[in-house]
Amino acid sequence: MPLYSAKVMDHFRNPRNVGSIENADGVGEVGNAVCGDIMKIYLKIDDDIITDVKFETFGCGSAIASSSMATEMIKGKPVSEVLQLTNKAVTEALDGLPAHKLHCSVLAEEAIKAAIEDYQAKHKQ
Amino acid sequence: MIYADNAATTQMSEKVIKAMLPYMEKIWGNPSSLYSFGQESKDSISFAREQIAGCIGATAAEIYFTSGGSEADNQAIISAAKIGAKKNKRHIISTAFEHHAVLHTLDKLKREGFEIELLDVHENGIITPEQVKNAIREDTALVTIMYANNEIGTIQPIAEIGEICRAAKVIFHTDAVQAAGHLPIDVKAQNIDLLSISAHKFHGPKGIGALYARKGIQLVNIIEGGAQERGKRGGTENVPAIMGMATALLDACANMAENNSKLLELRQKLIDGLNKIPHSTLNGDAEKRLPGNVNFCFEGIEGEALLLHLDDKGICASSGSACTSGSLDPSHVLLAIGRQHEIAHGSLRLTLCENNTAAEVEKIIVAVGEVVEYLRSISPLWKDKLIGKREFVLPE
Ligand SMILES: Cc1ncc(COP(=O)(O)O)c(C=O)c1O
Ligand SMILES: [Zn+2]
Repeated sequence: MPLYSAKVMDHFRNPRNVGSIENADGVGEVGNAVCGDIMKIYLKIDDDIITDVKFETFGCGSAIASSSMATEMIKGKPVSEVLQLTNKAVTEALDGLPAHKLHCSVLAEEAIKAAIEDYQAKHKQ
Repeated sequence: MIYADNAATTQMSEKVIKAMLPYMEKIWGNPSSLYSFGQESKDSISFAREQIAGCIGATAAEIYFTSGGSEADNQAIISAAKIGAKKNKRHIISTAFEHHAVLHTLDKLKREGFEIELLDVHENGIITPEQVKNAIREDTALVTIMYANNEIGTIQPIAEIGEICRAAKVIFHTDAVQAAGHLPIDVKAQNIDLLSISAHKFHGPKGIGALYARKGIQLVNIIEGGAQERGKRGGTENVPAIMGMATALLDACANMAENNSKLLELRQKLIDGLNKIPHSTLNGDAEKRLPGNVNFCFEGIEGEALLLHLDDKGICASSGSACTSGSLDPSHVLLAIGRQHEIAHGSLRLTLCENNTAAEVEKIIVAVGEVVEYLRSISPLWKDKLIGKREFVLPE
């Protein structure tokens, strides 16, 4: 049996929404180089709807695939709904991840939340 | 498929498989049985024992068959520790970049009250004989230092260390799992007391290895049982595997010079090719390394992602990144030679054998270049370095 599901490998090989957004409304970066995973999420938000999302990831197959899947899951959704996104939902959408790889996928959820926090902080001003 | 992971395991040669078949099809008796059918098996493994001993300068009575390199390492170290403990010697000298079969056995001994001193392996991955000399004390029970490292391939000054240990009357064990069949070994000339080998690293079968123990070194059993291996390792002998290991080692030693001259050329070509990738570096000494070993770090990328893309391109390789080891830390070997975590995560080990070709090496160079470039293009870490937000660690 291969290490990863077909879904994980699909998102790893052909990641959706890779790249960056100039003048993004919210940017979130989590992880660090020491533990080998960094994820950065860029959000474009209009009327509290995520109209565009891009990501950049330094990390393993699990980290890249979960970033890709998470961006697909939040595109077009209202911010309030996106804040409910869990790592579990991302993992399930990927048809699961090996237990020792779960920690690499947590970053997707965290990066999105960080990007929304950034957006909300800017918005208040 | 391009197989470039020969340090993990090797393909069994036709010759080895052919040498094993008769011991599954015809001569399948138990070597411990009294009747002549069993004795035929016994004679066969005696012959294999002599052949293996001959390849490393030992005598047949000094060779004990084990289930592989890990068991041989365990038995060698536990035995030397017990011998030392009897004389109240509980200090053991080793290095920080040994295989886990050694390091975890040393951890166990530490919990039993032994003092473990791990020598620094420097940035080039080689310890000096002086370090060993300076570390030896009155109560040193054992020096255990690998012959060649399994990740970065660096070769240790075994003969010099052997001489120092013999003069100081300290038992010297070397894990020669990566060296046997690839580098010349002479346990007498090199003053080695205990040495571990494993057949699947030189085109032999998996699950079989041997421990050489110099005459006079009293082994402690890891496996209790029957009288096999002169009572030092219970269990009915794996006759086909033993026969395969002997054939494989004999073949590897007979062709060593020829194989290595070919490998040195392939290795240089591969190193030169990968060196062209900006912000990359070879891990371990450029010269004093196993002829088939190439190990690089590429800044700004992670090793598992690199391996998965190489797999898609039909290339089998390995990495010391945390995400390939299942732990949170990258390879202890790369950390031991002083690589920062960030850089160690982006490592790639390519280990060639004599069956690899120059054309394969060229394909590997192109493939690695493409994948590294792609992964850097999606890496926020790399981007930050390009715009000067973070420092580059490795030079251009
Ligand atoms: C240096 C070294 N020691 C020990 C071992 C363990 O050998 P085996 O797989 O035969 O138990 C290996 C192989 O992984 C190795 O490379
Ligand atoms: Zn990971």
